[in-house]
Amino acid sequence: MDPTIPILETKDLTHVYSAGTPFEHVAIEHIDLSFRLGELVGLIGHTGSGKSTLIQHLNGLLKPSSGKVLFRGEDIWKDKKFTHAVRGKVGLVFQYPEYQLFEETCWKDIAFGPKNQGVSGDELDARVRRAAGFVGIDSELLEKSPFDLSGGQKRRVAIAGVIAMEPDVLILDEPTAGLDAAGRDAILQNIQAYQQAQNACVIMVSHSMEEVASLCSRLVVMNHGAVSMDGTPAEVFTHAEELTQMGLSVPQVTTVFRLLRERGLDLPADVYTVKYAVRCLAAWKEAHQC
Amino acid sequence: MLKDITLGQYFPGKTVVHRLDPRTKILLLIVYIVAVFLAQSFLSAGLVLAFLIAVTLLGRIPFKSMTRGLKPMLIFIVFTAVLNLFYTEGGTLLVEWKFIHIYSEGLRKSFFMVLRILLLVCGAFLLTYTTSPIALTDAIERLLNPLKKLHVPVHEFAMMMSIALRFIPTLIEETDKIISAQKARGADFETGSLIRRAKALIPILVPLFVSAFRRADELATAMECRCYHGGEGRTRMKVLRFARLDYAAFAAGALLLAGVIILRHFGL
Repeated sequence: MDPTIPILETKDLTHVYSAGTPFEHVAIEHIDLSFRLGELVGLIGHTGSGKSTLIQHLNGLLKPSSGKVLFRGEDIWKDKKFTHAVRGKVGLVFQYPEYQLFEETCWKDIAFGPKNQGVSGDELDARVRRAAGFVGIDSELLEKSPFDLSGGQKRRVAIAGVIAMEPDVLILDEPTAGLDAAGRDAILQNIQAYQQAQNACVIMVSHSMEEVASLCSRLVVMNHGAVSMDGTPAEVFTHAEELTQMGLSVPQVTTVFRLLRERGLDLPADVYTVKYAVRCLAAWKEAHQC
Repeated sequence: MLKDITLGQYFPGKTVVHRLDPRTKILLLIVYIVAVFLAQSFLSAGLVLAFLIAVTLLGRIPFKSMTRGLKPMLIFIVFTAVLNLFYTEGGTLLVEWKFIHIYSEGLRKSFFMVLRILLLVCGAFLLTYTTSPIALTDAIERLLNPLKKLHVPVHEFAMMMSIALRFIPTLIEETDKIISAQKARGADFETGSLIRRAKALIPILVPLFVSAFRRADELATAMECRCYHGGEGRTRMKVLRFARLDYAAFAAGALLLAGVIILRHFGL
């Protein structure tokens, strides 16, 4: 495959809800984005900025009002079969995915996706176990009912259900909402592990700036149904003021460093993870020890 | 897609019909239904139809939303019309072709049946279009109050009804979400045999039931936390009272009923 073609691309994508009625509402407008394999993209924006609408276009759940979504350079709506196939290649994990579990055992639930793709037999079992491995679900849990698990485990089983389809693009809508700190870290590590092992493209919707700052290689900021920023975390977080105006925040450590700089300390402006902050402070201390 | 269901949806407004006491509207609907069944002639059916149109105009309900609400009934209406048309004998023979015999009486009967269904459904729509579910259950509770003497748990019934009504939109939204989520996992609801399609519903129904029970549980706990203990000794912030408007409405209903009965008496 030609590596210059992005795995997923949107071209002038617009979606209008309830078009032609008094409830008409433009959710997203003129979105041009492209995603490549190996990227871990954070999609941020306040509530109602069009993130959820956008991601539902990427795997063909919503049909664009105008514009196109291209998967490996081909329009995903070109025919019905292709749309269906794309849903397996672009995996979408909804918010609170544990509410879609329905099977008697975790194994069966994880197998639902790949089975719909036509995978069967040993290959199916291998896929289920591999997916369970990515999210840290032990094989003895696979025989249990998903309804007997804890909240965090349920969520991981649900994510495994999408990962088992082995999508090239994995999209997650707030995968850590409502979890405790330990569960959050575990899931973020699982996602990163999958991304690295498969060289997949992962798109993660999140409200936590700390989360996307430490994890993602690229950030896309949405505001009022349009993309307002697109770049590395360092680039995006230098626009702290604009982000605040959009109702978003920057990582707390970035704010601390901005305040330190305002007090005249010569520290870098692109600090957004605690790790890097510690290194910067150490370097600063070294330079000022005399 | 499921969100577009309009059946029994409330359209907020401040018209005369909206301001009527919900009890009046329920009683008036009963009177209206009786009138519909008593109306046997074109003249009396016309009278009932005029009443319906007058109330629709007074309530400023767009005719479009009425017809949209009728759409799901279409098959039922057509079925009734066809059955009555072909299976009624009497009067003059209008059409005779092979096994098909259509009599004038059949034509008349199927026309009246269809008209009656339309009148009934539209009348019920008017009630739900102009009355909020809360007001409706409130009124039902008050109307059924005498049954309390017979130890019928009227308040509990009303509460159950209002909770059920309250959760319809929530459940529809939830269903939409689950359908999308399962579609994202490659579920296919549109192709295959009937049995396959029925089986395809399992991944929707199981999570839906689970979440409905979870919601019910949470709601029960929340109600208990607020010391809810049924209707005993409970007073209302807004007490329903009949106003002049309601008496006028009763008069209109009585006139309608009297008109239909008189017309029927004279065989018109």
